[in-house]
Amino acid sequence: MRIRVDPDKCQGHNRCKAVAPELFVLDRFGNASAVGDGRVPPGFEEKARLAVANCPELAIEIVED
Amino acid sequence: MTPRKPVTDWTTDWDHLDPRWREDPYPIWDELRRSCPIAHTERYQGAYLPTRYEDVRAIANDSTHFSSRRVIVREARPEPMPSPPITSDPPHHKPYKQLLLPSFTAEAMTGLEPKARAICNELIDKFIADGHCDAAQQYTRHIPVKVIAHMLAVPETDSDQFIKWIHEILELGITDDVVLMQAVREMAGYFAGHIAQRRDNPERRNRPKDDLISQLLEARIDGKLLDDQHLNGMLRLLLIAGIDTTWSGIGAALWHLARTPVDRDRLIAEPALMPTAIEEFLRAFSPVTMAREVVKDTEIGGCPIKAGNMVLLSFPAANRDPAVFPDADKVVIDRKENRHSAFGLGIHRCVGSNLARLEMTVAVEEWLKRIPRFTLAGDAAWSEGTVRGPRQLPIKFWS
Repeated sequence: MRIRVDPDKCQGHNRCKAVAPELFVLDRFGNASAVGDGRVPPGFEEKARLAVANCPELAIEIVED
Repeated sequence: MTPRKPVTDWTTDWDHLDPRWREDPYPIWDELRRSCPIAHTERYQGAYLPTRYEDVRAIANDSTHFSSRRVIVREARPEPMPSPPITSDPPHHKPYKQLLLPSFTAEAMTGLEPKARAICNELIDKFIADGHCDAAQQYTRHIPVKVIAHMLAVPETDSDQFIKWIHEILELGITDDVVLMQAVREMAGYFAGHIAQRRDNPERRNRPKDDLISQLLEARIDGKLLDDQHLNGMLRLLLIAGIDTTWSGIGAALWHLARTPVDRDRLIAEPALMPTAIEEFLRAFSPVTMAREVVKDTEIGGCPIKAGNMVLLSFPAANRDPAVFPDADKVVIDRKENRHSAFGLGIHRCVGSNLARLEMTVAVEEWLKRIPRFTLAGDAAWSEGTVRGPRQLPIKFWS
């Protein structure tokens, strides 16, 4: 499983970082991107889904490998 | 002042200043969502009211047809007063927003946490022996204003003045543009004084990062310093946006907990629920309603929208839409999926959202630590217009 944040949609609500801090990094404006290449470590799949479900901008996408 | 004409038909004559809206707007929005999801009124020189989440989202993401040059529905339409970035449309919006964002990241906010906790405890110290308080006047009112005064490095003792201006601009100013313009002029004079003080103080100039006013004095867009009108507008925005809003958010959370002992006791027993509880309070009692001006004819949700009207952009109504939130009318403090729009949607996402979350969390936590058992001692009184929250909140408590 991989996650991707659409930089054009993200507005920096930081909900992903709040529910899945291990999976996201923020830039100096508070906008999010996936850690590393976006691969979700085993055991973090549910957190990835929660991040998607809590993003008000629908900016996060899950890609199943 | 002449009394307002009561609303007889919410679909064609809605009025957000109607006393029924102020008391309990949720049934009005629920009915409109079912019968006429984009209502209209001839009041306010013409304005629409969308109540579905998807329509609110579509409007918030469409700056081509919906301009932010006016963000409050008022009876008069005074010349737009730039308070960037909230009143800016693309492409002007982004550079102003980016000047502010680094100062309001979640990481930057953690530095304010000890200060915020101390403020809460000093306030509680003053009334805890009484066994009762007006939580809106003695507690929630003072927390955001003291924090923002700290961030701007202006005297905390000016707090009552700030709250008076905000009441005049956001509430009285909806129907009285003389009061509105007077308050705007007074604020401009106030900030001009603080700007001059910093410009004249070389020691300050050497430490530009000390406070938000000093930072904005040094800020540049395309290599140029901000002119005084824009600088003043930004400061007006920072002060207005950071006070009534969070005052309302904290107050609504305490109002809910005072009348819902099961949630109150559960939050004390399971403090790990605090983050989802705060998000749920933000959803269920979203304080802030914005507005847009229709600048070009279009269509939203199948409804024709005509230029020249305003749109009351009700994030609070969107957040009660059952199409997006199961049990939308229930407060579920462990709601796991909550993509609420309390801080707006699209490019105008509230720049202070991390600050608001910190203040709400700290204020509820410190209250519950020291006042675990409390209940309403009378009716709450709610503000009206753009920001909704308790302005009187009589509470009694015991140990």
